[in-house]
Amino acid sequence: MGTRRDFLKGVLVSGAAASAGVVATSTLARETRPRPPEALGLLYDATLCVGCKACVAACKESNSNPPEFSTVDHLWDTPLDTSGYTFNIIKMYRNGTMEAKDQEVNGFAFMKTSCMHCGDPSCVSACPVSAMTKDPETGVVGYNPDKCIGCRYCVAACPFGIPKYQYDSPTGRIGKCELCRHRHKDGRYSACAEVCPTGATLFGRTEDLLAEAKRRLAHKPGQPMKIPRGRLRHGQEKLLAGKDDGKGAKMRHGWRDEPDQTYEAPAGKYLQHVYGEKEYGGTQVLKLSGVNFQKVGMPDLPPDAAAAMSETIQHTLYGNLVMPFAVLGAMTYVAKRNVKPDDDSSDKGGN
Amino acid sequence: MEGRADMGNMNDIFDTGRQALQEVEQRLEMPRREFLQFCATLAVTMGLPSGAEAAVAKAIESAKRPSVIWLHFQECTGCSESLLRAEHPTLEKLILDVISLDYHETLMAAAGHQAEAARKAAMKANKGKYVLVVEGAIPTKQNGIYCKIGGQTAIDMVKECAADAAAVIAIGSCASWGGMPSTIPSISGADSSPTGSAGVAEILGKPVMTIPGCPPNPYNFLAAVVHFLTFGKLPELDKLGRPKFAYSRLIHENCERRAHFDAGRFAMEFGDTGHRQGYCLYKLGCKGPETYANCSTLGFGDAGENNWPVGCGHPCIGCTEKGVGFTKPIHQVAKMLNVTPPLQYPRIVEEQGKAASFASAAAVAAVAGAAAGAAIMITRNLGLSHAAEEAERAKDAGKSGADKAGA
Amino acid sequence: MANKNHAAPAPVGGNLVNVVTLTCGVLIALMLAILVVRFLFGLGAVTGINDGYPWGIWVVVDVVIGSAFACGGFSVAMLVYIFNKGEYHPLVRPALLASLFGYTLAAAGVIFDLGRWWNVWNMFWPGSINPNSVMFEVAVCITLYVIVMWIEFSPAFLEQLGKNDARRKLGRVMFFVIALGTVLPMMHQSSLGTLLVVMGVQIHPLWQTPLLPLLYLLTAITMGYAVVLFESCLTSSAYRRRLETHMLTPLAKIMLGFLVVFLVVRLGDLVVRGTLPKAFVPSVEALMFWLEIASFVAPLILIGAESNRRNPARLFLAGILLMLGGALLRLNGFLIGYETNVDGAGGFTYFPTLAEVLVTAGMFAVEVLGYIIITRRFPVLPREDVQAAH
Repeated sequence: MGTRRDFLKGVLVSGAAASAGVVATSTLARETRPRPPEALGLLYDATLCVGCKACVAACKESNSNPPEFSTVDHLWDTPLDTSGYTFNIIKMYRNGTMEAKDQEVNGFAFMKTSCMHCGDPSCVSACPVSAMTKDPETGVVGYNPDKCIGCRYCVAACPFGIPKYQYDSPTGRIGKCELCRHRHKDGRYSACAEVCPTGATLFGRTEDLLAEAKRRLAHKPGQPMKIPRGRLRHGQEKLLAGKDDGKGAKMRHGWRDEPDQTYEAPAGKYLQHVYGEKEYGGTQVLKLSGVNFQKVGMPDLPPDAAAAMSETIQHTLYGNLVMPFAVLGAMTYVAKRNVKPDDDSSDKGGN
Repeated sequence: MEGRADMGNMNDIFDTGRQALQEVEQRLEMPRREFLQFCATLAVTMGLPSGAEAAVAKAIESAKRPSVIWLHFQECTGCSESLLRAEHPTLEKLILDVISLDYHETLMAAAGHQAEAARKAAMKANKGKYVLVVEGAIPTKQNGIYCKIGGQTAIDMVKECAADAAAVIAIGSCASWGGMPSTIPSISGADSSPTGSAGVAEILGKPVMTIPGCPPNPYNFLAAVVHFLTFGKLPELDKLGRPKFAYSRLIHENCERRAHFDAGRFAMEFGDTGHRQGYCLYKLGCKGPETYANCSTLGFGDAGENNWPVGCGHPCIGCTEKGVGFTKPIHQVAKMLNVTPPLQYPRIVEEQGKAASFASAAAVAAVAGAAAGAAIMITRNLGLSHAAEEAERAKDAGKSGADKAGA
Repeated sequence: MANKNHAAPAPVGGNLVNVVTLTCGVLIALMLAILVVRFLFGLGAVTGINDGYPWGIWVVVDVVIGSAFACGGFSVAMLVYIFNKGEYHPLVRPALLASLFGYTLAAAGVIFDLGRWWNVWNMFWPGSINPNSVMFEVAVCITLYVIVMWIEFSPAFLEQLGKNDARRKLGRVMFFVIALGTVLPMMHQSSLGTLLVVMGVQIHPLWQTPLLPLLYLLTAITMGYAVVLFESCLTSSAYRRRLETHMLTPLAKIMLGFLVVFLVVRLGDLVVRGTLPKAFVPSVEALMFWLEIASFVAPLILIGAESNRRNPARLFLAGILLMLGGALLRLNGFLIGYETNVDGAGGFTYFPTLAEVLVTAGMFAVEVLGYIIITRRFPVLPREDVQAAH
C-alpha cells in the first residue's frame, strides 16, 4: 500500500542487494595485462625509413588487397590512411622547408601506421562475439570475419584507429594487420619486415626487439651502428616448433632460412623513447623516431589500458551475475508482494 | 642557352653552307646525313635544346682543329680504352678530323724525347688555346716521385701543362678525385693511400671539369668536349666540376629496376629467383642511391640501356663517387641520398569524410524545426487550456465562496 | 493504494487516417526504400559514416538515445510495482507501449546498422560470446528486455482478443516478469554508458569518466519520467482527452529528485576529476556541454515550484527539455566528444546523409504510427466517458 514504509522498504532492499553485489565482486578489478613472454612483433625505426613504401606494396600483395585511389588518375595505389583494404601505410610528416630528414622543425619524417598488437587490446575487449582475439602465445591480435557482426565497436575502441570496416561492400569486413599470421605456417614472417631494404621494419620477439631498440638509443647520432634487417634472430627459436596450425598440419620448425642481412651505417638522431614499451600496458609493435611521436600520429597513451577499466566496471557490476541476481531477487520479492495476479485487468477497477 | 646568336640555323647550312658541308663530308669521310646525326647525338647527350645540333655542326665544320694535350699518370688507361670503343664518332675520326690530338702517350706514334718535344712545341704554338685532358691520379707523397714521365714528376708536369691551357678536363675517377689509387688500405694506422694519390683539381688548386667514372662513359667526355668547341666554354658544372648533363641525377632515379625497389622486390643472393628475375640489387649493396652518374640511361658499348653493371645483374659500385667507389665495400648497403617522396604521400592527418550536404543539413533543420514548432504549439495550447481551467476553478471557488457568504 | 477515479483501460477509437498517420506512412515508406539500398549496396552507399566515425546517428540516435527515450515503462513500473505507488497505475500501459516500440525499434535499428548482420546469432552463441565485452551485455539485456516487455504488454492484446484464460495464467507470473523488467534496463542503460569507457582518450574528458554507468542510469530513469510527461500531455492534447495532471504533478517531483541527484553526480565528478575547466575553453565541445547542462537545469527552474508543476504546459516543456538533456549527454559522448586516434587521423568529419536522416525519421514515424494505431484499437489508455468529437 502506498505508504512511506513500503517505499523505504523497497529502497532498502534493493540498496542492500546492490551493495552486497559490489562487495562480493569488487575483488575482480582487472589489472592491465602485459604482453605474453613469447610475443611476436615489429620494431619500426623511423630514422632508417626512406619512404620507399615497399612495405605497403608487400602488405597489399600478402593480404590480396586491392589498390586504393586518391588521385584523379587511377594508376597508383595511393591510400590516404589505413582502411578496410589497406593494412599498412607510410605517412609523411612535413614541416616548413622540409630540408632535413627526421628533423622536427623545417624537416620531414616517415611513420609506419599499422596494428600495434597491444598487450591488452581494446578491440579484443570490445568485441562481443570474439571476432577479435589475441593469441595467448604469440600475442598476435587476429580477426575472424566468420564471427564478426560488423558492429564496429572495435573501430571505435582502438586508440590508434586501426581496425577499419569496408563500407563500400554489403558484405564488408574489418581489415587490419594480423602480422601475416597466415604465412607463419610456411615459415614466413611479416611481409613488411621481409622486404624492408633498410631494416626500418624489423620482425622478431618483442622482448628481443625491445632490447634492440634500447641498444640503438644508446648510440650517439653519427656513430656507426649495426642494423639487422628482416628478422631479428634470437637464441632459442622454439616458437611454432611442431605445433598444430589448426588445419591438420604441424607448423614449421622456426622461420625460413635466409641470409643474415645485417649492415652497418651511422646512427640517426633518436628521441630517447621507445613508443609501445609502456603505452596501454605495452604493445608488441615498437617504434623509434627522431620527431615527437604525437606529431607523427602516435597518440599519447597512459600506461593503463582502457580495456582494464572497462572490464573492471563490468566485472564489479556483473561479475558472475552476483549483483544482477541479488537485485533481481530483491525486486521479485517486492513485486510479488505488490503485484496482484489480476492487476492489469480492465473489468475490475484498477488499483 | 648562352649565345643564341652564335647558334647556327639548320637552314643556314643547307642553303648557304652547301659548300662548307661538302668540305666537311670530304674531310671527315662521313656522308652528310651521318654527320648531322652525329651532331644531333652529341647535342642530345649534352641535353641541349633542339636546333643546337646545327650549332654543333657549324663548329665542327670549321677547318681549324683545336689542339688537345692528353696526360697519363696513375691510371690503367681504361678511360682511353673506353674512348676507343666510341662509335659516333669513332675515335680516329675524332682525333684525325675534329681535334688535333698533339700528345697522347698511348695513341701517339712518337716516343721518348721526341714525344716530349712535340708536346712542348704544341703547347707553345697553341698557347692559351689548347685543351688539357688528364687521365689518372697524381701521387703527392715525397714530392710526387712515384710517377715520373721523362724525369718530370706528375705534379710538375700537370702544373706546367695547365698553366697555358684554355680548359682542363680530368677524365676518369682517378683524375677527378683520386680514384682507386687514392683508397686507403685497411691496415691499422693507415690514414692515406700508399702514394698519397690525389685528383687534378686538388693538385692545381683550382676547379677543373671532371668526368668521373671507372671508366666513364665515353660520350660524357665527347659531348663535353664538343660543347667546348661549339660554344667556347665548358658545359654547366656542379660543385665537383662534373657536367650537370651527365652527373646531376642519381643512378637510382633512372634505374630500370626502380619499380622493383619501390615494390620491395629484392635479389637476396646472386643466382636466387629474385636475381634471375631482375629484381632490385639494393640489398646486394647497389650504390645507385648515392651515386651520381648517367649509366642507367646511357648504357655502355652503344648497345643502349640495360648494358651496364646493374643491367647485367651486378650492383653498382659507385665508381664515380668519392667516398663511395673503392671506399665502401661493394656489398655494403648504400645510403639513400635522395629521399623526396611523390606528391601523393599521405600526410599524418588527412581530411576525410563528407561534410553536411545541403540536402541532409536541410533535412536535419526541417526535422528540428518541425519538432520545435510542434512543441511550442502544444505547449501554448496546454498553457491556454490550463489558464482556462485555472480561471474556471477560481470562478467556481469565488462563486461557492460567494454562495457560502451569500447563504 | 489510492483509488482516484481510475477508469479501466479502453481503446480510444476513432479514425486511423489523418495528416499525422499519413505523414508517418510516407516517412516509413521512404525508410524502407532506403533500407533496401543499404542491404543491396552496403552502409557506405547510404550513410556518411566513415573510418573516423564508425558510429553515426543510426547507432547514437536510433539505438542509444532512442532506447533512453523508451525508459518510460521501466521508470513507471519501478514506481508502481517496486515502490508501490498505485496511484500511477494508469500510466503504466501507455508508458509500456512507448517503451515497447522504442526498444523494438532500437533492436531493429541495430540490425540494419550491423555490417555483417547475418552473423548476429554469434551474439548469443556460447562458443562465440565474449562476456568481457560491454556490448555483449548490452545486446543480451536489450534482447531479453524486448521479450519481457512484449510479455508485460500482452495483457492489453489478450484482453482485446478476449483471451481471458491466458491472461489470468499470465497474471500469476507477471510479478517475476515485472521484476525482470526493472533489473534488465538498469543493466543495459547503465552499460550503454560503459560502452564509452574502452574508448579511453578518444572521448573528450567532459564525457569520459568511470562513473559513466551511473550517469547513464540516472538519466535513463529521469528521462523515463520525462517521456511520460511528454507523451501523456501530447496524447491528451492530440486525442483531446483530459489531462492527467493529478498524476503528472507528483510524478514530476520524483523526476526532479532523480534529476538533482544526477546533476550532483555529474558536476561533482567533473570537479573531482579536475576536468571542469575544459568547459570554459571556447570550442564546439564546450558549447555542446553547456547546452546539455542548460537542458538539465532548465526544468528545475520551470517546474521547481509546486504551483508550476500543476501547469501542463510547463510539465510538457520540462519533459521535453529533460529528454533533450539526456539526448545531448549521449550525443556529446558518442559523436561530438569522439575523436578517432586523437593525435593522428583527426581529420575526419561526419554529418548524417539525407538517407540516414530519413531512416531515423522513419524509425520514429513507426513509433508514432504504432502508438496511434494501438492506443486507438487496443485497451491502453484509461476509458474516457466524455470524449470530444474527432
